[in-house]
Amino acid sequence: MTSPGRRAFHVLNAIILTGVVVVTLYPFLNIVARSFSREDEIIAGRVTLLPRGFDLTTYRLVMSDDLFWTNYRNTVIYTVVATAISIVLTTCYAYVLSKRHLRGRGALVGIAVFTMFFSGGLIPNYVLINELGLRNTLWAVVLPNAINVFNLLVMKAFFESLPVELEEQAAVDGLGTYGILLRIVLPLSKAIVATMVLFYAVSYWNSWFTAFLYLDRAELFPVTVYLRNLIAGATDATSTGSVDTDVAQVAANIKAVTMVLTVVPILTIYPFVQRYFVSGVMLGAVKG
Amino acid sequence: MTTLLKAPPTVAQRPPKRARRPLSRDWQLYSLAVLPLLFFAIFKYLPMLGNVIAFRRFRPGGSVFGEYWVGLRYVRMFLVDPTFWQVFSNTLIIGTLTLIICFPLPIVLALMLNEVRIRTFKRFVQSVSYLPHFLSVVIVAGMVGQLLSVDGTVNALVRAAGGEAIPFLQRPEWFRTIYVASEAWQTVGWGTILYLAALTTLDEDLYDAAKIDGAGRWRQTWHVTLPGIRPTMMTLLILNIGTFLAVGFEKILLLYNPLTYPTADVIPTYLYRLGVVSGNFSYGAAIGLFEAVIGLILVFSANAISKRTVGTSLW
Repeated sequence: MTSPGRRAFHVLNAIILTGVVVVTLYPFLNIVARSFSREDEIIAGRVTLLPRGFDLTTYRLVMSDDLFWTNYRNTVIYTVVATAISIVLTTCYAYVLSKRHLRGRGALVGIAVFTMFFSGGLIPNYVLINELGLRNTLWAVVLPNAINVFNLLVMKAFFESLPVELEEQAAVDGLGTYGILLRIVLPLSKAIVATMVLFYAVSYWNSWFTAFLYLDRAELFPVTVYLRNLIAGATDATSTGSVDTDVAQVAANIKAVTMVLTVVPILTIYPFVQRYFVSGVMLGAVKG
Repeated sequence: MTTLLKAPPTVAQRPPKRARRPLSRDWQLYSLAVLPLLFFAIFKYLPMLGNVIAFRRFRPGGSVFGEYWVGLRYVRMFLVDPTFWQVFSNTLIIGTLTLIICFPLPIVLALMLNEVRIRTFKRFVQSVSYLPHFLSVVIVAGMVGQLLSVDGTVNALVRAAGGEAIPFLQRPEWFRTIYVASEAWQTVGWGTILYLAALTTLDEDLYDAAKIDGAGRWRQTWHVTLPGIRPTMMTLLILNIGTFLAVGFEKILLLYNPLTYPTADVIPTYLYRLGVVSGNFSYGAAIGLFEAVIGLILVFSANAISKRTVGTSLW
């Protein structure tokens, strides 16, 4: 069966795929190595895969920066609040859309789907948020993207796949719509709700632009904006006064340290949640 | 599906039971849609209407919809604005490069993964390749910056090869390469998911038939595998074409700088600087509207063409 040609193909295939793995992982390993390295080793361009001149000063420095922790806490708060709002709105609307008998269902689907292809654009959105007085508030971050239409369609597809008989039976037993949704449908939909929580939470954790656009005060920033300002050189690495002598010395790896600290939560949960994302995406593909 | 299987023909002839549900119960359903509809109205449709400021004089602090009509003044303005045409061509170039390079890569990777017989190796490659998708664009931009900095790995390689260190992010001629490469790095793995799913649904009999007809591996791929995943390819292609002009705005905003504007500045970044930074709201809105309308036309045309030629469409 396995001709030399086939075997050569499999070996080559494995080599290329290993190359893909290396190329994908290298930037991570490089950042981690830099974050633990000494300044002069980095500047000399000697840091690749392993830390050189192991040094934790920068970690101590970043972790002693109050602004960093304030912004980190903001990220957690924004993520939790925004995800909660998104889940409630998406679940309600997806449930309504999944009811095939409902009059006006097509229009309700259309209202949502149209926004995937046409949007008001940056300027009208910016004007709107300012006019609503949401600038420099939590709401500017958590409201404008509360429903992601792709997620909505995934959830709708899931609800449509549930057996209708269960809900009919519950209705016969005297449950109303809210009761059916809360006591019958949601308990059966734990998997999809969990997937949606992950989808939304990761996207809010990673987002920066809405916050960058609508928040002016540094103490309101999420950590992504802190990091962005650091990389763009708009922040002097630290806001604490206690470290003046070290500041210049550690400037080169402070970005690496902040990046590592920002990405750690994602990397920690990634191995456990990755397959849920995958199944969620596939569910969305089956019924788009 | 379940309902279709369980309803015998005789039942189907009666008026559907669910159509006669008491209206009161449906009102409860509609009530669940109220908040989401409010969300769409305020945060999605109001900004669409807000685009009228592209045709009206807008004063900050004044009405959201502008003060008075100025007709096509702002449209004429950008049509004669040389910077606009510069960013327009940059957008087309970056968009086209991204489409040409980042669209086929997941297909190739999916086909390669599909050939892997060792399950654990396959799972491992997949898990690793999805990873960049979960990163914030700020992190990705930061990584790009570190790798390409003068003390970074890429320049270490350049030096090892006997060259001079290049400040890549300061050089306009490098920007497109950097952007497209980082985009490929970030999206290729995640893009394989749908193709791998499509590959598992292909009929084994087709392969057997092809083998009997004397088709080798390459011909099997060409005549069975690729046509099999064509609907997925077309759907994703239409979606990509629809977002063609919205080229990775956030990433470009993070990666570019005045030195690289000649090749890096695209419509969204230009209108961000023009509208938000400089406060020319009406002018910015006119450009934004132009961009959004082109996007809409692109997606509708791509959909129509695909429907007519290969029978796949989004709706």
